[in-house]
Amino acid sequence: MRSDARAYLAVAAGGALGSIARHAVSLAAASLLGPAFPWGTLAVNMIGSFLIGFAFRALGPGEGGRVFLLAGFCGGFTTFSLLSLETLDLADRSSLLAVIYAGGSVLIALGAVWLGHRLGARLEPVRGS
Amino acid sequence: MLAHLLSFAAIAVGGAAGAAARFWLAGRIDRSVGGALGLGTLCVNVSGCAAIGLLSILLDGSSGNQPSLWPLLVTGLLGSYTTVSAFSLQALLLFEDRRLGAALAHIAASLLLCLAAAAGGRIFGLLVA
Repeated sequence: MRSDARAYLAVAAGGALGSIARHAVSLAAASLLGPAFPWGTLAVNMIGSFLIGFAFRALGPGEGGRVFLLAGFCGGFTTFSLLSLETLDLADRSSLLAVIYAGGSVLIALGAVWLGHRLGARLEPVRGS
Repeated sequence: MLAHLLSFAAIAVGGAAGAAARFWLAGRIDRSVGGALGLGTLCVNVSGCAAIGLLSILLDGSSGNQPSLWPLLVTGLLGSYTTVSAFSLQALLLFEDRRLGAALAHIAASLLLCLAAAAGGRIFGLLVA
């Protein structure tokens, strides 16, 4: 029960930090690249997927900070709901743009998690020796 | 400046609650059906997308002037409740497991059901608003 409460606390803290970081990236992207295309959400979903792939492999099961980082930070940093809402908003202007955004986001996230996972695997022998 | 700080605080609170809710619900579903297919994350993402479609109408975030509950409920709570990182990690693990059909079904179901849920939430919101 106690470790359960600790896991929820870690997830909540990671989710709070991840959400703030996501919002900061979205603000920065909108001011740098303009609000016409959701570059910020695209970026957080890419970075967060890379990070979860890396951490999943580099941190062993039960290792400290794993729940905080994976379910908490990466989960709160990346978002499927804002991705969907932005896709609907784009579809009001151009259905082609909406398809490119939604499909591109998923493909980029899949590529990023693969890359993170591969790089994380390189740390394993170092950790194990 | 104060408004900025307040909205970051609201996003942190919403993000903490959203991540904890995701952790609880996805864990519960995965424990009851077996976590291999990532059904817990799928349910979280689809329900969060339905909610964001509905809230985007009820809070009227399109007016340019962002309503006061938007940071807490949309950017924070729903943004953090849903996740792309767990989705992409589960797809990768299915690919690595050589379960190609399951991986592709997981990707297609996530994308299509999330977009449909967000659109459905929006339509429902327009009907009741």
